Amino acid sequence: MEFSQEIKREFDQIVARYPQGRQKSGLLPILHRVQEEYGWLSTEAMNAVAGYLQLNPIEVYEVASFYTMFHLRPVGKYVLEVCRTGPCCLVGAETLLQYLQRKLNIGIGETTPDGLFTLKTVECLASCGTGPVLQIGPEYLYHEQLTEQKLDQLIDSLRSKS
Amino acid sequence: MATKILLEHVGVEGIRAIDTYLAHGGYRSVGKALKEMSSDQLVEEVKTAGLRGRGGAGFPTGMKWSFLDKKSENPRYLVCNADESEPGTFKDRYLMERIPHLLIEGMITASYALGANTSYIYVRGEMMPVIRLLEKAIAEAYAKGYLGKNILGSGYNLDLYVQPGGGAYICGEETALLESLEGKRGNPRNKPPFPAVSGLYGCPTVINNVETIASVPWIVNNGGAAYASIGIGKSTGTKLISACGNIRQPGVYEIELGLPVEEFLYSDVYCGGIAEGRELKAVVPGGSSVPILPKELILKTAAGEPRLMSYESLAEGGFVSGSMLGSGGFIVFDDRACIVRNLWNFTRFYHHESCGQCSPCREGTGWMAKVLHRIEHGHGKMSDIDLLVDVAKHIEGKTICPLGDAAAWPVGSAIRHFRDEFEAHVKNPDSCLAKHLHGAYAHAASIM
Repeated sequence: MEFSQEIKREFDQIVARYPQGRQKSGLLPILHRVQEEYGWLSTEAMNAVAGYLQLNPIEVYEVASFYTMFHLRPVGKYVLEVCRTGPCCLVGAETLLQYLQRKLNIGIGETTPDGLFTLKTVECLASCGTGPVLQIGPEYLYHEQLTEQKLDQLIDSLRSKS
Repeated sequence: MATKILLEHVGVEGIRAIDTYLAHGGYRSVGKALKEMSSDQLVEEVKTAGLRGRGGAGFPTGMKWSFLDKKSENPRYLVCNADESEPGTFKDRYLMERIPHLLIEGMITASYALGANTSYIYVRGEMMPVIRLLEKAIAEAYAKGYLGKNILGSGYNLDLYVQPGGGAYICGEETALLESLEGKRGNPRNKPPFPAVSGLYGCPTVINNVETIASVPWIVNNGGAAYASIGIGKSTGTKLISACGNIRQPGVYEIELGLPVEEFLYSDVYCGGIAEGRELKAVVPGGSSVPILPKELILKTAAGEPRLMSYESLAEGGFVSGSMLGSGGFIVFDDRACIVRNLWNFTRFYHHESCGQCSPCREGTGWMAKVLHRIEHGHGKMSDIDLLVDVAKHIEGKTICPLGDAAAWPVGSAIRHFRDEFEAHVKNPDSCLAKHLHGAYAHAASIM
């Protein structure tokens, strides 16, 4: 696969942040940009990134598989990432996770049959004072102080948008 | 009213914009530092201030700066650690979100002190909205001549960039952060060499937390002695405390170090007491890694002295009866909280976040999480409790980085102070206060 000239220009700007010969430093920002564009990181996309950065493909795979934000298989249009770390659990995150699984009729890590929602858990989002919290990429905006009612509204508004 | 060094202007409307920030005295420290002070003077001023690293370890910042190898012919780097991921900690996100220019100003002044001409702010990837705010603030700072070539006519050049992470707690460890910034997996490095000698790209590097860097402008403007006059003993200045859990007023508070824990917990100026009229059970005072303390030991030391919010007082009694100030992530548990379930959650977290390099951490965290899962869910044996203590002891101090310690300390302390509750889970599983949550992950195949 080939990236568009426009995206390649963005890659060039990213690589310019680092000293000569240290273009590998651009790998994470570039993978974020590719995922934003295509929704996930296919092997073809990772190979193309390796080509652009003059890396061995394995150097890209090992990084993409290490960091939890990168999706290595297709996901729903909206990936709901619910914090499930201790502080959020103290204020009801687990009850809301149960609610969300019932509401969407999927388990954690699964995607709804219409391809709209993937439900994931995420570790502490530094929003412990405003938990429970979830975020939705690629903007990664936070939805905080969640309640069942707020979740209903959020799911409805995302459904009506698509 | 307590001195506000970091949060003084956070409530000002439009403070994210550089013009408003400038109108409130912003960027004054850049002019003062670059035109009136040498880099050595700056390092001395920060030493005098007694400022300690606010990421969790509390290492004296001025000393860290003075370790930087200035004889090396390689370029020097300043890297800001904005990978805030310690459960219970949300102060850096708050600071960057509310007043992004304060961090940029601190980065310029600190970079000048260290002789760095290229600096990076490594931000958690999950905080993409913060990254966009910082990038906008940096663009404004370039436009006003605070970044780039010949800053304010001083001859000093600095380029500043934001680097996103990819979702990995371990990258908050400074050498894992450097690996990540080099485009690799976040595997911590063996030390020595320390980053001050061989850090980013093998060059001398200082890595400082967001709150640490954001404290520098005030120190430059008001002097290190003025900063050192705030606080208590070797805990100088102010500290951001992010308070969460079962309290009436969760949030980020700037306190003068030395404030009594009881006042912080119960005063309406801070946490406002326990939510919903419940009783205090326990507190994890410095982020999930530090020992948990029961009610009687968080309010008073074992010797009966009032416990203070300071590095020394919170550590009073060592790990037998004390804890740590850590990152200032203050997690409060009321009498409905299940200590076993919380510990299982934290241990599962460390297992998930272990990079896998060191066997004791990679295997031990998973083992502890499995044992805790079975105790929590009513399948535990009495011998499991001492097994957990034993596994924790075999992780602590036996790993390349402190993640192993961070995983072991909560286990040792929870069992030390709440052994009754673990035993009750084994004898009578129905006694679990979180029994209604036992089915929460029933459909998730991959979660213990």
